[in-house]
Amino acid sequence: MSKVDNSRRNFIGAGAAAAAGLVIAPGVTLLDMANARPLDQPASSAKRWGMLIDSTKCATGCNDCVSACGKENGVASTGHPQTDPQWIRKIELKEVKSGLSHSLPMMCQHCAEPPCVDVCPTGASFKRADGIVLVDRHICIGCRYCMMACPYKARSFVHEEHHDQNPDVPRGKGCVEACTLCVHRIDKDQQPACVEACAAGNKGAMLFGDLNDPNSEISKRIATYATTQVRADLALNTGVRYQGI
Amino acid sequence: MSDSPNKSFTGKAAGIGKLLSRGWAVLLAATFLAVALPAAAHDDDEGGRVSVPHHIDAKGNKCVRDVEYMRRNHMDLLLHHRDETMHKGIRTTQYSLKNCIECHASKKNNSVIGTNENFCQGCHSYAAVKLDCFECHSSKPKAASGDALRPIVAPPAQPEGKDKQSDLSGMMPHKGTPTFNVLSGEKDRMRWQMQPKLASLNKGEGVK
Repeated sequence: MSKVDNSRRNFIGAGAAAAAGLVIAPGVTLLDMANARPLDQPASSAKRWGMLIDSTKCATGCNDCVSACGKENGVASTGHPQTDPQWIRKIELKEVKSGLSHSLPMMCQHCAEPPCVDVCPTGASFKRADGIVLVDRHICIGCRYCMMACPYKARSFVHEEHHDQNPDVPRGKGCVEACTLCVHRIDKDQQPACVEACAAGNKGAMLFGDLNDPNSEISKRIATYATTQVRADLALNTGVRYQGI
Repeated sequence: MSDSPNKSFTGKAAGIGKLLSRGWAVLLAATFLAVALPAAAHDDDEGGRVSVPHHIDAKGNKCVRDVEYMRRNHMDLLLHHRDETMHKGIRTTQYSLKNCIECHASKKNNSVIGTNENFCQGCHSYAAVKLDCFECHSSKPKAASGDALRPIVAPPAQPEGKDKQSDLSGMMPHKGTPTFNVLSGEKDRMRWQMQPKLASLNKGEGVK
């Protein structure tokens, strides 16, 4: 028998495993295999990116999404916890009467009617056509009005100089920043880092997809189960929704 | 002093006798030319207070546009592209800052800034133009894509006697002339026009 190229076999095995992981049941996939947008095409309002977080699957003490975000976007502690930027955080909720507790990640909710965009005096805070709310740091003057306007405390001001950033995620002192939904990954047809980390840890508490596509897994779930928008009374139409709270 | 060479050369044409009488003038003029001309020729290179940047760092052998165009207009290309990417999500690589850095990062420190030998800093320092891209943007190429071609830590040790200048000299067609390793013949390869910028981009959509 001829010599076996193990590296090749391992690669094929890994590929098959990855492909199997995508399909939960016929017609239902874990990852939305979005149609890749060509590099030269702008983001379109035909899509609206969103996230569904199942708090019943989100374990107290699990910090996978937060650390994955930090690693991907370079959000690390500078030794000043009072002012460290924070793109995503874990919060614990407890119902006083029953004692029922929930753990869930909180980050920019990518509102359809974002108050941060309304108050921005320079136009730095904006919503991309596909629903992702971003800060254009080239225009941001660091006034922090958006931080005041955000009901979710999702935005942070960068107080310290940064070095050795991820080339895909420029960050620097003097601007406001928040969760970008890993826009650089979405444009490459990848999932946000937090969602990927949650799935990698077999938690499956986070689902990312296109809210405008009725056939996407996230839309099917939202159509099937009761989901919540945090501070729905503000009618901001958030892109991040929660299940089980 | 300035007209003495002319006089002396006229004298030379007229005859040896006159030349002898003006021997000193000829000698002075010759000395002046011998000293002044080479100095003038090197003014652009080493003579100035700030030496012209020598840019040789680049992967591949041509830029996205010809060198003269890039020297004058790279900032416009980058400015336009940043708005396209930031606001519309257009991520073509041709005029992206990331793509510039991929090619122009130094082999020494894997960066486009750091010293005046580095591609971006060298020219901006010479032109006294503040370079603030890298307060936010990474000055280094993405590690995963550059690993194989570009050592991140230290370049392989050079044999004794191969200092920086001798090392670079092979890549420069004429020592002392800044070169960007760009083929000027590529000038019309890509005809690119600045698109009228979206009025909404910088005007503050939030302010009605």
